[in-house]
Amino acid sequence: MKSLLAVYRRELLSYATTPIAYVFVAVFLFAIGLFTFQVGGFFDARRADLTGFFAFHPWIFMVFLPAIAMRLWSEDARSGAIELLLTLPAPTWALVAGKFLAAWTIAAIALVLTFPLWVTVNILGDPDNAAIFTAYIASFLMAGAFIAIGSAMSALTQSQVVAFVLAVLASFLLTALGLPIVLDAATGFVGGGVAEALTRFSILHHFDAAQRGVVEVRSLIYFLSLAALCLGFTWLAVDARRGA
Amino acid sequence: MLLQVEGLRKRFGRRTAVDGVSFNVAVGEIVGFLGPNGAGKTTTMRMIAGYLEPDDGRVRVDEIDVAEDRARAQAHIGYLPEGAPLYGEMTPWTFLRFVAEARGMEKKEVKAAVLKAANDARIGDYIDQPIETLSKGYRRRVGLAAALIHDPLLLILDEPTDGLDPNQRQSVRELIKRLGADRALILSTHSLEEVEAVCTRAIIIHDGAIVADGPPADLAKGHADGLFGAFRKLTGAAEAA
Repeated sequence: MKSLLAVYRRELLSYATTPIAYVFVAVFLFAIGLFTFQVGGFFDARRADLTGFFAFHPWIFMVFLPAIAMRLWSEDARSGAIELLLTLPAPTWALVAGKFLAAWTIAAIALVLTFPLWVTVNILGDPDNAAIFTAYIASFLMAGAFIAIGSAMSALTQSQVVAFVLAVLASFLLTALGLPIVLDAATGFVGGGVAEALTRFSILHHFDAAQRGVVEVRSLIYFLSLAALCLGFTWLAVDARRGA
Repeated sequence: MLLQVEGLRKRFGRRTAVDGVSFNVAVGEIVGFLGPNGAGKTTTMRMIAGYLEPDDGRVRVDEIDVAEDRARAQAHIGYLPEGAPLYGEMTPWTFLRFVAEARGMEKKEVKAAVLKAANDARIGDYIDQPIETLSKGYRRRVGLAAALIHDPLLLILDEPTDGLDPNQRQSVRELIKRLGADRALILSTHSLEEVEAVCTRAIIIHDGAIVADGPPADLAKGHADGLFGAFRKLTGAAEAA
């Protein structure tokens, strides 16, 4: 547990002392603002809610969060610092969890920094704050799943760029499984039943209800299990370095 | 014996990097690993440190099997990897604090351990400068401080003086001698004079196997060029091939 906390703190310190996290959080906030107001038509909708804001989260996350997670393991493998980590008297899962939680914290900070939008809808109207809170929680859990995907890809390569591209690709596929366009194409190949089942594994499908403020326990479980699965994979990939 | 290495073997693809290495090291011994590049020195050290798992054979540190109880064995091992990789954006102070915390030290022990290790490795003046701005010699010393922060029984140093200037080399050698007095210490090096200067015992590795093991003076006996002559004779075949 001590080693988990030490790794967590070190990773956070690293995010805080290098420009990458600041740049990406700033870009995230800019992008989410742009999409909400320009594409989502926040003011034109004339509704006091944030559905136009949350709808873009999966799409922005799938680029932003791989960028946050890409360095987690690949950078240590490149610099050799992974040798320091793996010769600490610490279980591998503690290292995996410490790094993951640090990146997830950055995602949480980025989410919290979108609060001016929440303040704005509350000034302009009378939104359902419980629904907004629910959507934030779902968005946070979804961010965890995206970060875990990024962590797994980062453990596979010494190159941050390769880790980023792989993570965006994996995230896109998992998200887009729920799009009608993918669904229709898949129906042609594998039949309606399988395509329908595939949808249930898509990130979009599970975020859909949540962004409107409807809590679906199975969706929350979905995000948590997806994160757990990818972290388990990260664990295996890191342990494989020992060449067992 | 503090360190027992038995029949260690490791293959990478079709190449056998380490092929049946066995030796023991007692407290107070400073063992110098010698051998041409690619002989298997680093791979052997990585297996002892628990970074790589051997395909065959076993390593016991203070009677703890590294493969069976890795974390407990690693608690007794201090390891300086080849090239002394560090986190460049950290300062020696935050880096050493991280290593101490990750090794499970109590909060109140951490500060004292960091100060002692920094003092032993002589990094006092630059403790608050980002590591990436420090010279190679200083970085190596930060790596050394990280390896000995928990006062380990077994210290494994992979090329601790590689790339250092003569002054830095001398100070690291003095440190190694001091540290080796009350623990077991293994270091790898390409400098034969270093082995003669600091090591109580030399192990020459060639093609993944030990070809000589003994006090440097004994190995040098009977060779016109001393230890260099012995090294050439035992490992020269690779150069000729």
